[in-house]
Amino acid sequence: MRTLVLPPHHYLNDGYGIKSWLLTRDHKRIALLYLAAITFFFFLGGSFAVLIRLELVTPPGDLVSDETYNKLFTMHGVIMVFFFLIPSIPSTLGNFLVPLMIGAKDLAFPKLNLASWYIYVLGGLFTIYALVTGGVDTGWTFYTPYSTVSSTTSVIPAAMGIFITGFSSILTGLNFIVTIHRMRAPGMTWFRMPLFLWSIYATSLIMVLGTPVLAITMLLVAAERVLHFGFFDPALGGDPVLFQHLFWFYSHPAVYIMVLPSMGVVSEIVAAFCRKQIFGYKFVAFASMAIAVLGFLVWGHHLYVAGESVYAAMIFSALSFMVAIPSAVKVFNWTATMYKGSISWKTPMLYAMGFIGLFTIGGLTGLFIAAVGFDVHVTDTYFIIAHFHYIMVGGALMGYLGGLHYWWPKISGRLYPESLAKLSAGIIFLGFNLTFFPQFILGYLGMPRRYHAYPPEFQVLNVLSSAGASILGVGYLIPMAYLMWSLRYGKIAGANPWGASGLEWTTTSPPPTENFAETPIVTEEPYTYPLRAEAHLG
Amino acid sequence: MAEIVHPSPALAHQFDNLEQQKEASTLGMWVFLTTEVLFFGGLFVTYCIYRLWYPAAFAAGSREMLIWAGATNTAVLITSSLTMALAVHAAQTGNRRLLMSFLIVTMLLGCVFLGIKAFEYHTEFAEHHVPGAAFEFQPQALRQNAQLFFSLYFVMTGLHALHMIIGLGLMSFMLWWAWNGTITKEYYNPIEVSGLYWHFVDIVWIFLFPLLYLIGRHV
Amino acid sequence: MPALFPESASTMASRVDALYFFLIAVAVFFSVLIAGLIVYFAVRYRRRTPEGVGVNIHGGLLLEIAWTVIPALIAAVIFVWGASVFFAMSRPPDETLNIYVVGKQWMWKFQHLDGQREINELHVPVGRAVKLIMTSEDVIHDVFVPAFRVKADVLPGRYTNIWFQATKPGRYHLFCAEYCGTRHSGMIGEVIVMEPSEYEAWLSGSRVEGSLASTGEKLFQDLACITCHRADTQGRGPVLQGLFGKTVQLQGGETVVADEAYIRESILRPAAKITAGYQPIMPTFQGLISEEQLLELVEYVKSLNTQQSPAK
Repeated sequence: MRTLVLPPHHYLNDGYGIKSWLLTRDHKRIALLYLAAITFFFFLGGSFAVLIRLELVTPPGDLVSDETYNKLFTMHGVIMVFFFLIPSIPSTLGNFLVPLMIGAKDLAFPKLNLASWYIYVLGGLFTIYALVTGGVDTGWTFYTPYSTVSSTTSVIPAAMGIFITGFSSILTGLNFIVTIHRMRAPGMTWFRMPLFLWSIYATSLIMVLGTPVLAITMLLVAAERVLHFGFFDPALGGDPVLFQHLFWFYSHPAVYIMVLPSMGVVSEIVAAFCRKQIFGYKFVAFASMAIAVLGFLVWGHHLYVAGESVYAAMIFSALSFMVAIPSAVKVFNWTATMYKGSISWKTPMLYAMGFIGLFTIGGLTGLFIAAVGFDVHVTDTYFIIAHFHYIMVGGALMGYLGGLHYWWPKISGRLYPESLAKLSAGIIFLGFNLTFFPQFILGYLGMPRRYHAYPPEFQVLNVLSSAGASILGVGYLIPMAYLMWSLRYGKIAGANPWGASGLEWTTTSPPPTENFAETPIVTEEPYTYPLRAEAHLG
Repeated sequence: MAEIVHPSPALAHQFDNLEQQKEASTLGMWVFLTTEVLFFGGLFVTYCIYRLWYPAAFAAGSREMLIWAGATNTAVLITSSLTMALAVHAAQTGNRRLLMSFLIVTMLLGCVFLGIKAFEYHTEFAEHHVPGAAFEFQPQALRQNAQLFFSLYFVMTGLHALHMIIGLGLMSFMLWWAWNGTITKEYYNPIEVSGLYWHFVDIVWIFLFPLLYLIGRHV
Repeated sequence: MPALFPESASTMASRVDALYFFLIAVAVFFSVLIAGLIVYFAVRYRRRTPEGVGVNIHGGLLLEIAWTVIPALIAAVIFVWGASVFFAMSRPPDETLNIYVVGKQWMWKFQHLDGQREINELHVPVGRAVKLIMTSEDVIHDVFVPAFRVKADVLPGRYTNIWFQATKPGRYHLFCAEYCGTRHSGMIGEVIVMEPSEYEAWLSGSRVEGSLASTGEKLFQDLACITCHRADTQGRGPVLQGLFGKTVQLQGGETVVADEAYIRESILRPAAKITAGYQPIMPTFQGLISEEQLLELVEYVKSLNTQQSPAK
């Protein structure tokens, strides 16, 4: 076996100064800028979760005051949703991989891409400003009239932070859509695209169509709060529930912004570590599109108990069941792909298997709460908290970590310590379940969400959940440490350490600034194994 | 890599040729305009719901609008769309002087629109029609619901005016590029794409004018 | 070992629980199926040589159809089941014991028709359908009684209602389930379900200043509503006797059913819906009367349907 060496020229050594990063137009460097920023926000949002779980160890509100507690869960939600989950995969892995996977030199609009990062950072600064000026206590949902007339906290800076970051999301989605339409290498037809691109494309559609509605809604809240205009104020005949309709018109599809890219990552990982074509490629691809479209039609299921009419609730309920079908199709196809595969138990595959299992639970409990008669009892309880954490943490975050491990050798050119990575994947899986499974039971028992203090009979389950959270916290710190370590000390990876198919593995690791020495020509379907000889290049 | 010789100075490094670049930026603008449709869409939905709930107050609100100002502005904007289209044509045919003149006329019309709009705002301010504590409205009985109308009026026309201002900024850039020769017969796509934006902003007004000034006026 | 299921103390609880058990069965079946397959495949088909590749399988249309249609059918069953439970929840029986609820930061106020008022405690009889007619003075709240499996948002500017029929005497948690600010988790109370006889004793034992309708009547006179809304047809405002529940012809040809929400709106924003044949001359009472007084007026107007002789 010959010793591997890093290529002489790659995007990481193409300039070293701070300017070469802050003014870069290289999608790969911008991906790393995002990676740094979202990692910061992830640990910031995570630290709030730690405090929330600590407070809930005992029934009375004794660790922090009720005011502080309300700010903690609000900032946890705002930061995790808008500054971590939504940008997580699209703006890091998506940014890095979209041009590489379609065989392009860069995204269609590199300057816009950099601008998106700055917009994101600006939005983040507004949010941090909201934090240091006392925080926000409206919940991440900003429900009116509490957010417009009642709360005395920094609602405006936080709302503006979300408004601004929204544009980063819109412009990123726009960039991906145009790139996928117009920049594919010769021979890269739509049905030769890796499934990751299909899911990123579907995600981008949601970003472009949904985010502006959130933006205008936040603007109306700000105008009502600051200028005393009336939009949702019942005193003027306005309807606070209209806010909820507008908010969820974006924020429900936003869930798919979080989980669709993860589904794409899982498709890539399952194919690569089974060395096998994805079972029912077209069904998986169209399922992504179906989720994106149907996802826009189900927002009303957040309002079953908010005074929505019985018939509206029925329609939204029926549509919500429909959106579950394409998700189920994906799960079955991934599982079927493993049949007669050549399955390697590497870290990314562990994350992918974890994703499939946890997403299955998250999705199935979605059926529970799509049923109106059942949802009435559990909505606004911990059942909901458990459900969406199974989707967003068990699903989206597992997928993100799996993807990060899968493409880390491509990004950094180096390998991470495999057994440590496997260990931490196991810790995360266990910690996650211990944290969130008891919350399903708590919810059915009737413990409302956003409660600073709770009746003593709920304590045992809360303690279990907090114990799980501490395990989970450790689980997240380990990858952070060894990935940083590997940047310098990891073994050299080579172009294709996994023996995976896909254009991104045909170029060097790390890739050169222009991605490919010459424009690749695509002649076959994705996930074709065994690899052709030229795809093995070192 | 820096050594690669581009066939045209206008071709950005990530594209293979000018054709691809043109298609990409045109598609990009269309996608952006889709976003804008949804952005204003949230407002239109809000407007429609409240109009349905409170037809009397919204009709009374419409009657307070300066119809001559709205009508004039509609004419001004439609004319500016024409001059914009002519500017694109001039760019296509490589007539730099004509391009610059049409851009200037378009911008002047945009400024006229904003001037008239500012006058309207001033009038409404003087009549205490700005929502908030100082809001006044006759008949008194419709005062609360009329505030919804005026809140929507100011936000909708305000955001439209903001889009006009951004459009003027865009046009200034185009004028500069036309002047310094960046825009050529081969590379006029920026003019075309900015034109798309300008037409979009016009179309938004074409919806705003009847909704805010006309419907219910004669009830 | 903590409790895994909440107490069941209403007619609705068993219906929701039955659906819950069915859903758990579906969820367990599919979770175990998927997890089992994944683990089995991962072991059975683990990579044995570094160059190993999987068998080339493109897909199978039959399988795709099967795992689209079967979940869709199961989803349809759950949908219908959930919908029927929800219909039962949102359709109270004709005869209900009505209790008015006003939520405010951070307490619950209950008003019984006979005039009893309670804060954060609600006494109801066992075995009788109770309807809560609810509104909020400030932000959105939500009445949630886990033991009854019922919940509904309490909105400012609007009436919402829920109904339940308690099956077991006892004390049950009442939570505010919609986040409403600093002391949200302190906006809790108890529903006290009593045997009918005890309930009667409780009702007569409470100090009362007159029924809700009679308080409303007094208010009706104090606010001089009576000068225009006269019992004969000579008043400047519409006659209110027999109004509640009727369909009202409005100016402009539309109609509206005179329910609680309509009466409330007519008091606060009189110009919004003008009865055909009348002038929009009524002043607004927004900011002049509280939500509780509004409820008293509403109850008074309702009582005019049953009173034999109109109020003077």
